[in-house]
Amino acid sequence: MALEATDFYRLQSSLNSDERQIQELVGRWVDERVLPIIADCFEAGRFPRDLVPEMAEMGLFGPTIQGYGCAGLNNVAYGLIMQELERGDSGVRSFASVQSGLCMYPILSYGSEEQRNRYLPKMAKGELIGCFGLTEPDGGSDPGNMKTRAVQDGDKWILDGAKMWITNGDIADVAVVWATTSEGIMGFLVDRGTNGFTTREIKHKFSLRASITSELFFERCIIPDSQRLPTARGLGAPLSCLTQARYGICWGAIGAAIACYREAFQFTSLRQLFGAPLTHKQAVQIRLADMVRQITLAQLMVLQLGRLKDAGEMHHAQVSLAKWNNCRMALDIARDARDLLGAGGIVAECCPIRHALNLESVITYEGTETIHQLIVGRELTGVSAF
Amino acid sequence: MRILTIVKQVPDSNATIKIAASGTAIETAGLKLVMNPFDEFAVEQAIQLREKGQPVEEIVALTIGDDKAAEILRTALAMGADRALHVCDPTLLSHDEVYLAEILALAIQKQPQPFDLILTGKQAIDMDAGEIGPALAEFLNRPHVGAVVGLEISGKQLKARRRVEGAEEYMEVELPALLTCEKGLCEPRYPSLPNLMKAKKKPLDTLKAADLPGVEKISRRSELVAMQPPAARKGCKFVEGEPAQMAKELVRLLREEAKVV
Ligand SMILES: Cc1cc2nc3c(=O)[nH]c(=O)nc-3n(C[C@H](O)[C@H](O)[C@H](O)COP(=O)(O)OP(=O)(O)OC[C@H]3O[C@@H](n4cnc5c(N)ncnc54)[C@H](O)[C@@H]3O)c2cc1C
Repeated sequence: MALEATDFYRLQSSLNSDERQIQELVGRWVDERVLPIIADCFEAGRFPRDLVPEMAEMGLFGPTIQGYGCAGLNNVAYGLIMQELERGDSGVRSFASVQSGLCMYPILSYGSEEQRNRYLPKMAKGELIGCFGLTEPDGGSDPGNMKTRAVQDGDKWILDGAKMWITNGDIADVAVVWATTSEGIMGFLVDRGTNGFTTREIKHKFSLRASITSELFFERCIIPDSQRLPTARGLGAPLSCLTQARYGICWGAIGAAIACYREAFQFTSLRQLFGAPLTHKQAVQIRLADMVRQITLAQLMVLQLGRLKDAGEMHHAQVSLAKWNNCRMALDIARDARDLLGAGGIVAECCPIRHALNLESVITYEGTETIHQLIVGRELTGVSAF
Repeated sequence: MRILTIVKQVPDSNATIKIAASGTAIETAGLKLVMNPFDEFAVEQAIQLREKGQPVEEIVALTIGDDKAAEILRTALAMGADRALHVCDPTLLSHDEVYLAEILALAIQKQPQPFDLILTGKQAIDMDAGEIGPALAEFLNRPHVGAVVGLEISGKQLKARRRVEGAEEYMEVELPALLTCEKGLCEPRYPSLPNLMKAKKKPLDTLKAADLPGVEKISRRSELVAMQPPAARKGCKFVEGEPAQMAKELVRLLREEAKVV
């Protein structure tokens, strides 16, 4: 029996029929709706916003949430959705990650029932877009030292500060904003239009060009206490959101890697040089085999991670190891695939360069590679070496 | 109105097809299988009839195929069909579509209530035979309109539009009738994930040969004896030289090698 390169260990057979069907459905949508337009979006620096209602219609926002108009899927199915979306583009996956993992998740986990009812159904329908403001201009890796402050004034809070590198910032209807208070870090739901809240898009990016990245500014923003996430207290709250989103990235990166491998394989099997297709050359076979090795390892990792998450037994350091491994593997594969395509590999028509450029963001956001190495290191030694 | 849609699982049109060692089937391991695209139009059309206010009491999806084929029934249920029927018995599989149509007719006649409208694709993209629709209409003694791109229903009258060379044709039939669907009829929807989950709770009944008394009397009229990959295309031949010389050489090749002049 012939083995399939992008499912070398036949992990498809470890998926249940729901998971397979969901992957197929989303994969098909990506093939038909994302791939035909995404290179142009990337080149033009345009987020394909018209895809948002379609994603909502399919139920791709908050898909693991039970109720509130969400699908209530398991975490493996969620991962497969992320993988398929990122096979299209990291920007499209980022949109879904932020909406689901970074915005709907904290509202579900730390919000009041009133907040859940007000936001979640509309966010699931894509009628409200969210953004997640944690990183600040002075350093994202150390969010415990954030400068954005909220000061309580009766039943209101006064919010001052700035956030940077915020996905969806300019199109968000609501920002989940983390700020320090006299009682530790707290989260606030800041609606667009709140006095003193402004956003500005960050231009001239060479990465994640089909996604919007913004700065958020808060100048004496008055936030009613009813817009505070009542049970979020301390850095653990935003970090728990990051664990959700990082989990999705672990799967997503595999999608990008698969797209790059396929394109590299197709090109090298057709390209005739020195009297034979490139795939007949030992050096090319080694490179293709190595890509499949890395993809397979990453797949084994996330599938087990997903099963652990579904069993409620996932440790955040396991997510860190996979985020580190899978972003690195995808970036390495994207760069190598780019190289195998020769000069043609530098144009937008070929996906590896777009994925490689995108993955520079993916390996940076949600904790840089170094930060994840240090999280694993701390787990091993018990010593925090940040 | 009760609508039956007949669907088939086929290899994805982008899949690379390999012939299995048996020589009479294709390699299915790792092969991506989907609902026949023309059958998707049938399911979508049925749902749209309901959404556009036709009094549709029930939409049923029916397939004949192996265990895996249940997946496309799930898709039809997720798109909006109410229940599904799976004729699933290894003894009943065949490439002979007239044979399959006769079995389907038997399964349909076994249903507690008759269907007013039967919709299916104009052909399945795997075998391209296009026989299921017309053959089934014959077995059920129903009027049939093939390759429909539009339809209107008022009461018992159905007006179907089809494309013919350089013109459009309108056919009127009285329900119950059978139509086969052509590209352009409608845009199939992507089922939503919540609907995909809900589809699990919708009834999906499996029929074996034993559930279809009389099936043993149906015989296959044709048999698939061998499959071969298409012959590799021969390379292009370039005629070179002065124009007059090239013309002469070209005529000689057309006459002696291609044997067309
Ligand atoms: C496209 C994009 C979208 C983003 N979207 C969001 C978003 O939606 N919401 C949000 O809150 N943030 C977002 N971010 C921000 C992202 O999470 C941060 O960029 C990231 O956490 C790193 O922070 P920094 O850029 O400030 O780098 P720094 O924290 O300043 O790090 C700089 C370098 O120092 C290294 N470093 C840091 N600490 C140590 C240490 N202790 N030892 C050794 N080396 C160290 C890092 O690995 C890195 O190489 C986004 C970023 C990008 C690029």
